Amino acid sequence: MASSPLLPTLPLPGQTPPQRSPFGRFSPQIRAFLRNPAGVAGASLLLLMLLMACAASLFYPGDPLDMVAQPLLRPGQDAHFPLGTDSLGRDVAAGLVHGSRVSLLIGFSAVSISLVIGTLIGTLAGYFGGRLDDLLVHVTELFQTMPTFLFVIVLVTIGQPSVPLISLSIGIASWPTIARLARAEFRSLRESDFVMAARSLGYSSTRIIFHEILPNALPPIIVTTSVMVATAILNESALSFLGLGDPNRVSWGSMIGAGREMLRTAWYLTAFPGAMIVAAVLSLNLVGDALNDALNPRLRNTP
Amino acid sequence: MTPLLEIGQLNISFPGHEAVRAFDLSVRASETLALVGESGCGKSVTALSLMRLLPPSARVDGTLLFEGVDLLALPLSRMRDLRGRAISMIFQEPMTSLNPVLSIGHQLEEVLRRHEGLSARAARNRAVELLDLVKIPEPARRVGDFAHNLSGGQRQRVMIAMAVACRPRLLIADEPTTALDVTIQAQILELLDTLRREFSMSLLLITHDLGLVGQWADRVAVMYAGRKVEEAPTQRLFEHPAHPYSRGLLGASLHIEQDLHYRSTRLPEIRHETGEDGEATFRLSEASPQRIPSPPVSVTPILSLRDIRTHYPTPRGKLAAVDGVSLDIRHGQTIGLVGESGCGKSTLSKTILRLLEPSEGSILLDGRDITHLAETQLRPLRRKVQMIFQDPFASLNPRHSVETILDSVLRVHGLPWAERRARVIEAIDRVGLARQSLARYPHEFSGGQRQRIGIARALILKPSLVICDEPVSALDVSIQAQILNLLVDLKRDFGLSYLFISHDLSVVRYIADEVFVMHDGKFVEHGDRRRIWESPRHEYTRTLIQAVPARKAPAPSLDQVAA
Repeated sequence: MASSPLLPTLPLPGQTPPQRSPFGRFSPQIRAFLRNPAGVAGASLLLLMLLMACAASLFYPGDPLDMVAQPLLRPGQDAHFPLGTDSLGRDVAAGLVHGSRVSLLIGFSAVSISLVIGTLIGTLAGYFGGRLDDLLVHVTELFQTMPTFLFVIVLVTIGQPSVPLISLSIGIASWPTIARLARAEFRSLRESDFVMAARSLGYSSTRIIFHEILPNALPPIIVTTSVMVATAILNESALSFLGLGDPNRVSWGSMIGAGREMLRTAWYLTAFPGAMIVAAVLSLNLVGDALNDALNPRLRNTP
Repeated sequence: MTPLLEIGQLNISFPGHEAVRAFDLSVRASETLALVGESGCGKSVTALSLMRLLPPSARVDGTLLFEGVDLLALPLSRMRDLRGRAISMIFQEPMTSLNPVLSIGHQLEEVLRRHEGLSARAARNRAVELLDLVKIPEPARRVGDFAHNLSGGQRQRVMIAMAVACRPRLLIADEPTTALDVTIQAQILELLDTLRREFSMSLLLITHDLGLVGQWADRVAVMYAGRKVEEAPTQRLFEHPAHPYSRGLLGASLHIEQDLHYRSTRLPEIRHETGEDGEATFRLSEASPQRIPSPPVSVTPILSLRDIRTHYPTPRGKLAAVDGVSLDIRHGQTIGLVGESGCGKSTLSKTILRLLEPSEGSILLDGRDITHLAETQLRPLRRKVQMIFQDPFASLNPRHSVETILDSVLRVHGLPWAERRARVIEAIDRVGLARQSLARYPHEFSGGQRQRIGIARALILKPSLVICDEPVSALDVSIQAQILNLLVDLKRDFGLSYLFISHDLSVVRYIADEVFVMHDGKFVEHGDRRRIWESPRHEYTRTLIQAVPARKAPAPSLDQVAA
């Protein structure tokens, strides 16, 4: 996601100086990331969740929406259903594992969409300025004046609720944040001396944008992105909670929505999917912070 | 008579770094004492410790006796009463020292009401008086102005007004004129000197500029690596510097009255080293003769400017930053361009590089008109003209290693990989940096080393003309000499031509064969280097030369060189 524009900053192959660090084979960015315990913890947790999402059908073959046992088994009551069952007799554990697919998919794809749109528009507006800037700023403001969640609801209700449509809607509704950030960074960086130097050396605009300015503009964008993935997951949950999610797929949000009515008698129906969302959001924030430090040569403190 | 301030055995350390060691100094009543040293020597830290303004991570011990009271032992509330009333300080950067959202009158009144307990009306009247005292024109009208309405020199005057508002006994001026133009610099120092006499206060002048010291200070203390290496009356320091470092500093700092020129003399250098015990040490090299022959008068110049005008759009219409300028640079020549900030010299250099579009006139490179070439056609020609920037901290991309910075230049110009590697190594060797530097990032280098990286980047394409935009203004005196020597070596070895832009007349006097003086977007005078310094014709040139602080006595080692 955020790593693609960074590729050009990596040292050329075969030019990496000899290192005595245990992670010597990797680039300095990756080594710095691996030295950050919080980042590694976040990344491991996230990886675990992704693995769980990919292997969901291996652990729990069949549809998680099938009724498999008597309703409202409490966690631990039946060894076959360690996390219990809901009011329709559906396995909560299977729901959590399968639900990670939809939640993570929507979280990442929605943010990728807004990252692409937002960075593109912000970059063009900030770097080129002038009339293009005026136009793009007005377009951005137009999108920003609409309340994000209301806008998502409108977009989703236009078509049949499905995972791609929900991702697209959330992506389209949330790119202005990125665009404004990218524009502000580009506007100040384009006047800096090192960009002047690059222009006087005959660098093309594309190279200046991607190679010179973008790596410097990334830190705030990365931090925002990790928060936005979390927001997208929560938005999807809210949609499912309102019954606007994909009815054929289980997600953490839809599970919370279904468990809401029995919050006092069967708290675990809301608490478990809620805890999953918290864990996902937390791990993303940890990764975001660690990435931010790893990409900054000043904070990287290479040994 | 007991001194006003007596510093005894002052030690200041930060985690992992000793900034000041066993420092003794005394400031007498109503004298000007200059504390001189290069960046990182601990002079600013010492000044801040007098105000007790160091960050909490600093460990300070020793005695700071001010009028017999130990400042270090005072409770913070008593210290606050002293700050601004008995001891005041002015800083280097007048642009950021004033609060931008409060009027200058308001900020002045705040000081007066805090310390003198004046009523609102009395404070306002006193504020107007103070602005008048520091020679702000029409003080009654300007008192409501905000920082952005004032020029750099005026802001520094307001800062001085705030500092002297309560008639302090000691005024600490930390590089008060470094960010200002030469002519403004002279006025500010004169103002400080007048105020010192009028209020009979003492002035502790912290500076890296020995030129200032010579004209304004009664005594000088020289600091090196956290220690005081010498303390002497100004006259004696200039005539008989006792410590080798003072000698080196005097030798390395250029002065307008010296007839030194790069074609005949190599500048003395101070090379900083770290000894085996981790102590900072230095090595001196003396000024030595060298011969760089003047270039033959070739027919076509490398670069010709014909009647260039460059406009900036402003809210009040177009403003001509460069207004009808013509210039020829021949092979092997160094053209000096002198002017104060805002005169259009940076706009001119950007116009030459076609980073800005000229609105009129033509630019000829090797006889070819490049004024209106499209960027794609311009790209192959760009390698002929390169630029070295003023601020080595801003001109290198902080996210790239030195290797990437140098290599991408070659990559853009389509060189094959094998050749790129060789050229990168050649360039880094040539500017005197270790090859291990290639894997490191700009923030790991000192200012002088970064400027060397900037020079390597400009040279790697083997240009014939290099535009140097204030390349040594941001550097320490000793580093300045090193960089100037490097530029001369490179010129000799590669037959480079330079357009050397600077506000510092002494540097231009050393480095330039021919000098252009720029004022308000126009060249007011140009001429051969000897002619222009010895018999300046234009009023403005004479003002510039007179504004350079005069030395009370020339350094002896330089007399020998000039002879």
